[in-house]
Amino acid sequence: MTRHRPTTRTHGGRTHGGRPPIFIVVAAIFGAAVFLLPFLALIVRAPWGYARAIVAEPDIRTALRLSMVCSVSATAISIVFGIPLAWVQARLVFPGRALLRAITTLPVVLPPVVGGLALLLAFGRNGILGRYLYDWFSIRLPFTTAGAIVAEAFVSMPFFVLSMEGAFATADQRYDEAAATLGASRATILWRITLPALGPALVASAVLCWARALGEFGATITFAGNFPGTTQTAPLAVYQAFETNPDAAIMLSLLLVAVSLIVLMSLRHRLIAKA
Amino acid sequence: MQRAGRHHFAHQRRIIAALVTAVVIASCSPTGSAAAAGVGRKRRTATTTTTPTTVLTATTLTVPTTATTTTMATTTTTRKAATGNITVFAAASLSAAFTDLANAFERANPGARVTNNFAGSSTLVTQILNGAPADVFASADIANMDKLIKAKAVDDTPTIFTRNKLMIVVPKGNPLRVKTLADLGRDEVVVALGAPGVPVGDYARQILAAAGVTVSPKTLESSVSAIVSKAALKEIDAGIVYVTDVAIDEYRVDGVAIPDKQNIVAEYPIATLESGNNKSTASAFVAFCRSNAAQAILKRYRFLPL
Repeated sequence: MTRHRPTTRTHGGRTHGGRPPIFIVVAAIFGAAVFLLPFLALIVRAPWGYARAIVAEPDIRTALRLSMVCSVSATAISIVFGIPLAWVQARLVFPGRALLRAITTLPVVLPPVVGGLALLLAFGRNGILGRYLYDWFSIRLPFTTAGAIVAEAFVSMPFFVLSMEGAFATADQRYDEAAATLGASRATILWRITLPALGPALVASAVLCWARALGEFGATITFAGNFPGTTQTAPLAVYQAFETNPDAAIMLSLLLVAVSLIVLMSLRHRLIAKA
Repeated sequence: MQRAGRHHFAHQRRIIAALVTAVVIASCSPTGSAAAAGVGRKRRTATTTTTPTTVLTATTLTVPTTATTTTMATTTTTRKAATGNITVFAAASLSAAFTDLANAFERANPGARVTNNFAGSSTLVTQILNGAPADVFASADIANMDKLIKAKAVDDTPTIFTRNKLMIVVPKGNPLRVKTLADLGRDEVVVALGAPGVPVGDYARQILAAAGVTVSPKTLESSVSAIVSKAALKEIDAGIVYVTDVAIDEYRVDGVAIPDKQNIVAEYPIATLESGNNKSTASAFVAFCRSNAAQAILKRYRFLPL
């Protein structure tokens, strides 16, 4: 069943059943154009003449640097909390598991701005938990870089959890069982057997999570606000520059497109190489 | 092992493919911020639209007889022309007033329908310049209207139809006792201003500079509505908004007056747009905004008279 897969690939897209139906190919071309044209437009309209000057602008640099800090931190948080969450959801049977799975997946389909609003009502200075953080520890998340990281983690962690949960569920459990018969505890099995075997899946999940965090906009601007250097990440800078400095918005957009494209392509390549 | 590995990969790849689709879907919604502004706006519109009848009766009753005849005159001359749909792009600070004003225009011109689109003036200018279908633009400052004039997107010379003043907005009860502009410079006061290019932000920076107050805002919002909403949620301690914004949200926020000698009078220009496809109704609407009936509505929302 799985054997013919590589063969299909080497045929360069041609399938075994003779000529591809023309209407399907035409429809696919239109489908691809929907994705291709907007990016083409960015490339065509980009102010290439002074691209370097724009990318060197301090505001743009600040936004890019902040985006790096926030997306990497959000990915780190997602790994630390996402692995246990994925493991619990994949390996433990308990009442309410279906509900937990739905809730931890919610941000994938939710409009990010709704997530931002919910975060504000929960962790804002006047939020149901945030007021205690503020009163007792003087911790205020909105309008801080920490807030931007929380917003990005909220939106991107579900991607990590989903992907890792799939990996936990499908991983060969015979090694785990063998370790268990030799007296290893469940924690030891997770750390010494399961996770090392899932290394590639973990890397792929983390990279996807990071890419989503890098592109986060709605939750960040709603929950963390918008200020250069503290919460104005690259997507927010694009949004603001669109009104005041469209050329800068186009260049910054192109950078984000390029990074995302590289990530997705390398991810695919990596997985295919593994197979 | 080989087979198991490949099977694992196939599954993994399916997951990745699904996730990639999800990433694309999720990242399609950066317009979410417009929706964010919409959350606050919608709520406010909803509460104010419950009173249009009162506003209307009030205006028809209080407008002096001489004024009534002039309004009657303008409406009769435009009645033939003012039909069909027009889309009005109006500054966020006009949200409540223009919802009423559009209703009044529709009553005066049966057959005409007005669709309002509210956002920060600079956001609206960007939308118009990128081909958004609009017949009329009402800006909260001259600078944004000038951008459209420069791009030849405006039909005729814009006219000023109303004026506004600025005010400090604070959460209900003013917990940090903000009394003056100088208080906005205090370290513990979390301040929100409009982003560069957003009229309320540019006005605020002018006022603060003239008063010699250095403020480090914690966030730069894309419209005045977003500042008011954050004050209502008590996430900020102070912001600079229009007097009219505090007036319509009096149940959620408090206002601290800025003395006239430090304040600015914001002038609101309105114009019909080159791209519009219902010019006669658009012109009638612009004329209507300067009529006594419209001025009375604006006054109810604490806009300054012409």
